[in-house]
Amino acid sequence: MDYSQFLVMKQEICLLVIFLLVFLNDIFMPRKAQSAIGVITCILFGIFTLFGFCPMVIGNSSADAFAGMYATSPVIVNIKNILNVGVLIVLIQSLRWTASDMQRIRRGEFYELLLVTLFGMYLMISSRHFLMFVIGLETASLPLAAMVAFDKHRYESHEAAVKYILTAVFSSAIFMMGLSFVYGLTGSLYYTNIAAGIQSGAAIVPLVIALAFVIAGIGFKLSLVPFHLWTADVYQGAPTPVTSYLSVISKGSAAFAFLVILWQVFGSVYADAWEWMLYALIILTITVGNLFAIRQRNLKRFLAFSSISQAGYIMLGVIAFTALSQMGKAALMFYILVYIFSNLAAFGVIGAIENYCGKVSMDDYNGLCKTNPRLSFVMMLAMFSLAGIPPFAGFFSKFFIFTSAINQGSVAIYVLVLIALINTIISLYYYLLVVKAMYIKTEEPCSISTFRSAWSERIAMWICVAGIVGLGIVSYFYDNLLTLVGC
Amino acid sequence: MELTMIYYLVPSLIMFSCGVYGFITRKNMIAMLISLELMLNAVDINFVVFNRYLFPGEMEGMFFTLFAIAIAAAETALAIAIIINVFRAAKNINAAELTKMKH
Repeated sequence: MDYSQFLVMKQEICLLVIFLLVFLNDIFMPRKAQSAIGVITCILFGIFTLFGFCPMVIGNSSADAFAGMYATSPVIVNIKNILNVGVLIVLIQSLRWTASDMQRIRRGEFYELLLVTLFGMYLMISSRHFLMFVIGLETASLPLAAMVAFDKHRYESHEAAVKYILTAVFSSAIFMMGLSFVYGLTGSLYYTNIAAGIQSGAAIVPLVIALAFVIAGIGFKLSLVPFHLWTADVYQGAPTPVTSYLSVISKGSAAFAFLVILWQVFGSVYADAWEWMLYALIILTITVGNLFAIRQRNLKRFLAFSSISQAGYIMLGVIAFTALSQMGKAALMFYILVYIFSNLAAFGVIGAIENYCGKVSMDDYNGLCKTNPRLSFVMMLAMFSLAGIPPFAGFFSKFFIFTSAINQGSVAIYVLVLIALINTIISLYYYLLVVKAMYIKTEEPCSISTFRSAWSERIAMWICVAGIVGLGIVSYFYDNLLTLVGC
Repeated sequence: MELTMIYYLVPSLIMFSCGVYGFITRKNMIAMLISLELMLNAVDINFVVFNRYLFPGEMEGMFFTLFAIAIAAAETALAIAIIINVFRAAKNINAAELTKMKH
């Protein structure tokens, strides 16, 4: 065996080194170093994130390793970079929460679990063999269940964790069942071999059944609509940093992995087998997510349903990616980057207020602009960006997704994009409900008094605001993504 | 009588369906976990049978099964730990009564 092929997976190795350093620091170092573990993790991970953007350090060539089970390319490296940016913001946001009295004693575990789940997501994105993918999927989702249960003193955290782990195992069992039929049909678990086997064989009925199982399995991770029932409860019950991690990073990595699996493995049977399945899923996801979001009063639950409907737009980007046009991939990467910034800005505000007084209901936010003008401004930017109001990044990410979808040119996709557009207008209503509560309902004094958020929370919010405004105005980022995918 | 593939696939499908049915209808969380184990083991049987009968020259399905067994064990351990935590917090592992966040 050629051990030098480990060097192909540079990002994974860097992440593993960071994990080991954090782990050793947590166990062996004196108490003073242990108490700085959050800052140490942030610094190490920040350096790693920055170097990820330098092609000479991480390497910018396409290569594969382990007999083709693992692959990397400039696109994959940059997908991981996008996830890294999100993880860095989550790490900075969580500093205050992990320093609180209840979490202080085991805060090292939080950072270790988080880094391990990210490692699993890396494997999911670069795997080219289903065994590797399943291992990555489980490495990503099992520690997340432990993270959801992290607030030991809060009952909701346990309830959320049990709902998460049971549905996660259920979905991976369904996924593996579909996989076993794919294996029976084609005789291999390599993506390329399966794709070749599907082209030559004509067994379309068992293939459709197998694909339905596979899509259902990954649909759970992405919280697409018939499989979304865990989302709201888990997002509400989990600690806020974990919720933000679940809603952006876990979802983003699942979307990228889904893109690779659907197009690279099952791309040749797109029109026969799964085009209509995904159309139905997307329409249901966007509509049901929107309609349920309208009646939510708890902000974490509200953002859960909003993230369900955002998952529908993400899936629109997935089907916009065809073998002909690479534009869909750039649009999807841009959408997830923008989604990371906007959603994390919203969660940053919610987390800061929750850390201060524990209030997460929308009614508590009435008149927030009087007491905390800066926080309500950040929240407003996040809501505008999520809804897609022009000067901000959210508008452009939705615009690019719709454009690349329309490029396919069939009547069905026009109808699909039209439904998505109508839903954008519906979503504007409930995103503006939050803005209305903060800026218009100012008759009574706000129940949240003026406070100064911690420096870490402010840094995270500044990064998010810079992302929301900058990505919308500066076209450099999207152009860069376009040249990256070769368009 | 010759044992063909169907003698293995039908029991495995029945096992899987029982698992799905049990997961949906059972209220005790330990019973739900047992149903999940049934589903995962049905998948293992499928992989081994496909490998043995259709592609006897290679070992890919067997290896997948080995890893799937290990992953299932890890999942069960974690789920049991979380269920014990729920029991400590709520003195109850009945899924129908864990409805504090239901809306």
